[in-house]
Amino acid sequence: MKKVTNSDIIRLGQVVADIDLADAGAAAPGDREVSGVYCSDLLSDVMGGARPGEVWVTVQSHLNVVAVAALKELAAVVICGGRSVDVSILKKASEEGVVILLAKQSAFEVCGRLWELGLRHED
Amino acid sequence: MPRASAPVRKCRVDLHIHTALSPCAELEMLPDLIVMKAAAEGLDLIAICDHNSAENTAACIEAARGTPVRVLAGIECESREGVHVLGLFDGAESAGALQGFLWERLPDEANRPEFFGAQMVVSAQGEFVRYNERLLATGADASVEELIAKIRSLGGLALPAHVDKTYAGLLGVLGLVPEGVRLEGVEISGRADARDVRERFPQIAKLPFLRASDAHRLSEIGQAHTRVWLEHRTVGELKLALSGLDGRHLEDN
Repeated sequence: MKKVTNSDIIRLGQVVADIDLADAGAAAPGDREVSGVYCSDLLSDVMGGARPGEVWVTVQSHLNVVAVAALKELAAVVICGGRSVDVSILKKASEEGVVILLAKQSAFEVCGRLWELGLRHED
Repeated sequence: MPRASAPVRKCRVDLHIHTALSPCAELEMLPDLIVMKAAAEGLDLIAICDHNSAENTAACIEAARGTPVRVLAGIECESREGVHVLGLFDGAESAGALQGFLWERLPDEANRPEFFGAQMVVSAQGEFVRYNERLLATGADASVEELIAKIRSLGGLALPAHVDKTYAGLLGVLGLVPEGVRLEGVEISGRADARDVRERFPQIAKLPFLRASDAHRLSEIGQAHTRVWLEHRTVGELKLALSGLDGRHLEDN
């Protein structure tokens, strides 16, 4: 399997551009490093499984998403399926420095594209 | 002067029982049979909590008339996030108001009886009245905070259901108790190890735990219950018991 090396560090700006994601609130810091991907809608599972620097792909849009993303120091949260998010979430996200991105595509489609970019969640 | 202690008595309470209206409940979950079984199990107080509907609560309250069992009207509500919350009321009317709130927010989809069962509305004697042909086994477009606020605004008691479970439990789905939500207590499922639940979820460790059966079959009624000391068997008294006020209290689960 292809190993990600220093020369192909993937940055958030590339993720946003390649998958056509929209910033829900403040613009995503394009130079933020992305270490991998975690996909889950159960927040308890994300608390246990996600690693710092990962992009979290979900359809969950409850306010607690922000708390979990901050706690786990995730690079960004991608909320899929064309969902809109409440302003209270965006306000909290900007306070916590959490990046919320919106995808029109399904979680499967988003994960597929992130895989094609070379991102993984290696056990 | 010391206050006279309230004339409370010990009640065996099971606050989470489904009827034949609920997806996946057995057809024998009919008002008269449920009350008869609850009485046989020595239960003093039960609550009928079907999924997103209160249509069988009045029939169950009627079926309990003249029996030692008192029935509360409830709904097991499902939020947008997939969290189950019990809304408990003294009468079917308030539960009906909560049902109206939920139905305005449920997707307009038909039930599929081959997967979810027939969803039967029945009389106190268990006679067929009609099917609810709407999909009830899904989430309403309201957050868990909105559901709790709605239940309380209607005078009800809001209890997050089976919090120990990953599936549809508040903490399994949302990881944390949402900021600003103050809970009076939580329901834990029959097999849950309360000490383990407290260790896994320190945020709710100090809350009272109400153990309930979540019965979908007659044989499950009362298999899990909680002893609560009440004067009257009402939602108001349950709230006092959860706060440990006026001599009302519940056993340590």
